[in-house]
Amino acid sequence: MKRALLAALLALSVTLPALTPALAVQPEEVLPDPALESRARAISQELRCLVCQNQSIDDSNAPLARDLRVLVRDRLQAGDSDAKVMEYVTDRYGDYVLLRPPFKATTLVLWIGPFAVLLLGAIGTFLFLRGRRGVAAGADTAPLSADERRRLDALLRKDD
Amino acid sequence: MIPELGHYALVLALFVALVQSVPPLVGAATRNGAWMNVAVPAAIAQMLLVLVAYAALTWAHVVSDFSVLNVVQNSHSAKPMLYKVSGVWGNHEGSMMLWIVMLTIFGAAVAMFGRNLPPTLKARVLAVQGLIGVGFLLFILATSNPFIRVIPAPLDGNDLNPLLQDPGLAFHPPFLYAGYVGFSMAFSFAVAALIEGRVDPAWARWVRPWTLAAWSTLTMGIAMGSWWAYYELGWGGWWYWDPVENASFMPWLAGTALLHSAIVVEKRDALKSWTILLSIVTFSLSLMGTFLVRSGILTSVHAFAVDPKRGVFILVLLAIATGGSLLLYSLRAPSLKAGGLFAPISREGALVMNNLLLSTATATVFIGTLYPLFLDILNLGKVSVGAPFFNATFIPVAIPMIVAMVVGPFLSWKRADLWAALSRLWIAGVAVVIAVAITAYVKAGGGPLLALVGIALAAWAFVGSLVEFADRIALFRTSFRNSWHRAVHLPRSAWGMTIAHACVGLSILGMTGTSAWQTESITAMKPGDQASVAGYEFRFDSIGLVDGPNFKAERGVFTVTRDGQPIATLTPERRSYSTTRMTTTESAIHTTVFSDLYVALGDPTQNGTAWIVRIYHHPLVPWIWIGGAGMMLGGLVSLTDRRFRIGAPERRRTAGKSAPLPAE
Amino acid sequence: MRRLLYLLPFLLFIGVGIAFYLGFQRDPRDIPSALIDKPAPTFELPAISGQPATGGLSSARLKGDVTLVNVFASWCIPCKAEHPVITRLSREQGVTVFGINYKDKPEDALTWLARNGNPYAAIGADQDGRVSIDWGVYGVPESYLIDRQGRIRFKHVGPLTPQVVEEQLLPMVKHLRQG
Repeated sequence: MKRALLAALLALSVTLPALTPALAVQPEEVLPDPALESRARAISQELRCLVCQNQSIDDSNAPLARDLRVLVRDRLQAGDSDAKVMEYVTDRYGDYVLLRPPFKATTLVLWIGPFAVLLLGAIGTFLFLRGRRGVAAGADTAPLSADERRRLDALLRKDD
Repeated sequence: MIPELGHYALVLALFVALVQSVPPLVGAATRNGAWMNVAVPAAIAQMLLVLVAYAALTWAHVVSDFSVLNVVQNSHSAKPMLYKVSGVWGNHEGSMMLWIVMLTIFGAAVAMFGRNLPPTLKARVLAVQGLIGVGFLLFILATSNPFIRVIPAPLDGNDLNPLLQDPGLAFHPPFLYAGYVGFSMAFSFAVAALIEGRVDPAWARWVRPWTLAAWSTLTMGIAMGSWWAYYELGWGGWWYWDPVENASFMPWLAGTALLHSAIVVEKRDALKSWTILLSIVTFSLSLMGTFLVRSGILTSVHAFAVDPKRGVFILVLLAIATGGSLLLYSLRAPSLKAGGLFAPISREGALVMNNLLLSTATATVFIGTLYPLFLDILNLGKVSVGAPFFNATFIPVAIPMIVAMVVGPFLSWKRADLWAALSRLWIAGVAVVIAVAITAYVKAGGGPLLALVGIALAAWAFVGSLVEFADRIALFRTSFRNSWHRAVHLPRSAWGMTIAHACVGLSILGMTGTSAWQTESITAMKPGDQASVAGYEFRFDSIGLVDGPNFKAERGVFTVTRDGQPIATLTPERRSYSTTRMTTTESAIHTTVFSDLYVALGDPTQNGTAWIVRIYHHPLVPWIWIGGAGMMLGGLVSLTDRRFRIGAPERRRTAGKSAPLPAE
Repeated sequence: MRRLLYLLPFLLFIGVGIAFYLGFQRDPRDIPSALIDKPAPTFELPAISGQPATGGLSSARLKGDVTLVNVFASWCIPCKAEHPVITRLSREQGVTVFGINYKDKPEDALTWLARNGNPYAAIGADQDGRVSIDWGVYGVPESYLIDRQGRIRFKHVGPLTPQVVEEQLLPMVKHLRQG
């Protein structure tokens, strides 16, 4: 119970700023070179804000997000390529900071999954459609039960 | 006193739900008419009791009865009345009450309007609905009781989260829940059919209106949530692939598939087993969504206050409802008789493809949302799956779906000629080429290639739907009078389809426009400064303090001009709510047919002499929600179709009329 | 065979259900460190401005013995909660604890230390948070156990509790001192 309370307090101390609606990139962060700035924005949109709930550092106004935004811009101005900037951040925070999961052994199912579902579904549909050609329409319908026969008679008689 | 009445009503409702469930099930199995007939009054009674309980809770909020814990935690005496009422459903306990209200309303509706249902089917449907009610009433009474008192009562409450004190968000939950919970009806019908052991076309005719109603309201609910996020969160985003958003999107995708496969069941008596599975899956996704939001196992901006005990309870409900029904499915479905044959290229074939693609989309969102959890469980590390993943995997599936959506209605049942159908769409093809050409010319060099695909799809969907409608009424092929006559006598479901499909195109137009060509300016501005965005001039006139009922705000005044002509005056605000000590941004938006001009006021800077101002130009963005509302409208129009109101056995009566064949 | 196909949705659901159940024991916001078993980042931090006795901290000091690096701040409420645990570690349980003062005003930090006691052998002031980013810090408090070669071997996010100290930290300290 106490642990939960402490954990909650920790969460609160870093996320409370993030709960307010995010007005993220500040004017003083914007780089003078528009090409670099647009690269910075693009990279920022791929990086997760670690103290927020499901936002990128571009979207969030949490202090940590701001620090990372500034860091990204510093690295770009130092001449790093986009890939190197991402690597710089993932070296420190791990893959979790990427909003686009990397393509690795552990994420194979994730990336292949949708395509596999489509393929399996298509195959299943194909087999289903093909298999049905053999079934003649109207064959093997179950005979009426006594109850149903009675009801049928009653309905037919209603029309007279 | 009144909260206690509400509490008592809730407990009574639980017992009534038991009465609604057990005797009718037993009665249907033993063909005991008396026991089966218990279901109808029980369903109506349960609804009334739950409404009484809900009214009691609302009363407590409206009069600010702070001896009720729920009111203390979520309300405040200074809160505007609208939000006192909407705040009832803006918290966990109250939202579960809303859930139950919707559940019992749907149950009572089937009880009251289901006179033409076969008695055993009706008894079983209501019984299953009752069982769901039992589960949720137990959940509410055991873990989420809104009527708990707090003695001594505090002088005032904690106020509602300011983000929820907003008209858009106030109405988002009722629509959403009507949708989520409405799918319970399809679920109950599916389980009842499995228990019965057969599915006939009348079943589909019965399932469709409820699914349509649920789908329409869910569409509106999701659209409202998206619109709210757009204007409230300060920078114009409208979809984040957040786990809770996905939790509402999955039932929507599955529900759309269900809507379409039910057509095949009704018209051609085929795809029965699949449609039943889909009914179970759609509602299960709703239940799963309820679970995800309240259990704390996924991180999300939306999550309600987390309590693992509640999470476990819902998981048990999910296990019983979904696990039980899927087990029943595996046992009973193989014995369902296969129905009408059809060639792969046919209306049925197109609907099968629709289902295939929608199921893939549902599975994609499912995998992406839950993958971090699966990986963590297996101790394989932590990954995060965000918007880039979903955009990369969802869009490629959506594209063929939209293409097929337009072609499908042109295909005839059983066997169709694809080239003939495509050739009738030549006008839509021309429209696509023209739209893409105009866009490429106007936006030369500015914007991603995907934008052109989006414009092409939007044009295809919109024009294609209209072309189909024109074809159906033989426009330009016969006299206007004849066409008019045909149009007026078209079944309403045809009108609904055209409206809904065309509005899909409108939404795509909006999504493309704002994603591809949005422009922004983020600067520090002093009163008197000017900024220029997308050809509009924004002059920061002044800033002052205003008082609200439970907040204080800084309000800025901006004048917008274009080529010297005044366009609008915008007044964005930054509100500070004293009780919760939270700040919200109220952006000022000027909406036109073509775009939104969006101004958001940020923090003061430079020692309080300047403010950070964000100005955005969002092209075409209003069409996203106009399209969404249009889809709901299409669904509602379909609901008024005569077939649904009269019901299956009356088919005899309408056969004599010279109505045009329901070409749909 | 066909029967098996119909059972598939049920089986898939069982899998998902089990995953959900196990999910209750996990914290979705707990991010494992990317630096486990890697050398601690190279850094040099000054002492807290106005109190040179706090020493300053650099990566060179982290070699030679097993040490704990604790990231803290005066504005962080859980840091105060864990302070007694840190103090006990340093004074009674024989673990050298270094501190990184994260984004703190010097006067606030010094007041906090004066009021609560200073268990740290040395403190480095990380005013802009850059060094902490190198460590992969995303909140306070966080604690890192460093082995004799200066490698990070264990990270704890959130306040240290006696339970974590007894069950995880101290055994690991013992193990690292031997090996």
